[in-house]
Amino acid sequence: MYKDVTITINGEEYQEHIPVRLLLVDFIRDVAGLTGTHVGCTYEGVCGACTIQIDSEAVKSCLMLAVQADGHEVATVEGLAQDGKLHPLQEEFNEHHALQCGYCTPGILMNAEEFLKENPDPSEDEIREALIGNLCRCTGYVNIVTAIKSAAEKMA
Amino acid sequence: MHDFAYHRPQSLEDAANFLRTAEDPLLMAGGQTMIPTLKQRLAAPSDVIDLAEVPGLVMIDVKKAQVSVGAMLTHASVASSPEVQAALPALAGLAGNIGDMHVRNRGTLGGSIANNDPAADYPAALIGLGATVHTSKRQIAADDFFTALFETALAGDEIVTSVDFPVPELAAYMKFDHPASRYAVVGVFIAKFGTDVRAAVTGAGPCVYREAQMEEALTRDFSPSALADMTISPDGMNTDLYAGPEYRANLVKIMATRAVEAALKGGG
Repeated sequence: MYKDVTITINGEEYQEHIPVRLLLVDFIRDVAGLTGTHVGCTYEGVCGACTIQIDSEAVKSCLMLAVQADGHEVATVEGLAQDGKLHPLQEEFNEHHALQCGYCTPGILMNAEEFLKENPDPSEDEIREALIGNLCRCTGYVNIVTAIKSAAEKMA
Repeated sequence: MHDFAYHRPQSLEDAANFLRTAEDPLLMAGGQTMIPTLKQRLAAPSDVIDLAEVPGLVMIDVKKAQVSVGAMLTHASVASSPEVQAALPALAGLAGNIGDMHVRNRGTLGGSIANNDPAADYPAALIGLGATVHTSKRQIAADDFFTALFETALAGDEIVTSVDFPVPELAAYMKFDHPASRYAVVGVFIAKFGTDVRAAVTGAGPCVYREAQMEEALTRDFSPSALADMTISPDGMNTDLYAGPEYRANLVKIMATRAVEAALKGGG
């Protein structure tokens, strides 16, 4: 079955005729061509690499159908930098070496961006709790936690 | 994932009509369990009926004696509601420890209880508080709602609309969670209403249940020491890669003891 949808990603409208069983992550990557959103765990919903925001809330885009996003606003990692200037989270991830292979990074950034809006002055424990839906197999999380803390201070 | 027809009804009546007329329909709430189930082809519905735009299901109404939560309210909304945090901190705390932030932003109360996963958290709150489930057809007492593994009292064309949680004198929920999924290996919800105490156990057996000997002991003496000499039988308890029946039986007692301690300190 197919359906017409209008999905806005990073402010740009995509009007498409898509299969209803297409996952949102596949719409973002294969239809919109925005490949910054990653698939890490063969679509099981456990790794968080495909985290995007829908209506400003962080969700796993492999746990949504694209048709569910019809009429909604999606934000992906490509939209974080504004006018060529990196988001403070991106700057601090760079500064604190918070990534090695970088595969999980887009998902963590999109999760952390919402988290800092709700909790602008988080403790280390709160940051670690917020990260439980995002797996990183390189860093051991220490530098990720430092970078998020540092970004919070920078944005204060 | 097999193909299906997708509907986004704009009223409860339209949603119920799809349930009555479609060949093999399935309701979608937050989809956080359902979409993985579709991907694994454990379910292959002819029609998916998305409740996202049915009005009236995203509500929260906090009164002195009762907290009412709409079926489509997300775990994140329940956890972050200042009214729920003040009136029933045990419920806000339970919702805030389901899965991860991403799942809490999509997963809903109605979806959780209609699915009745044996390791889900919300069923323990419904049973522990003696809640009432409102549906498109009737009201169902929580004690009659959860019937067996992944089974509920809901009819095929019946839709959960909200749940009323009575506000207890004291309550707390404690779970020993799986560190990756945050599902309850065992979770115990304890609530005290005057002289009446309820103790609900999730994760341990095929379906959430009340632990009668705990309720009796805590009715006599609402303190952690009342559970000290209790033996919980492992008969019929779940076993998986992470915990066998004996381990789960021991966890029931430990989580209950911690829940009583937390309830006496104000809940959580």
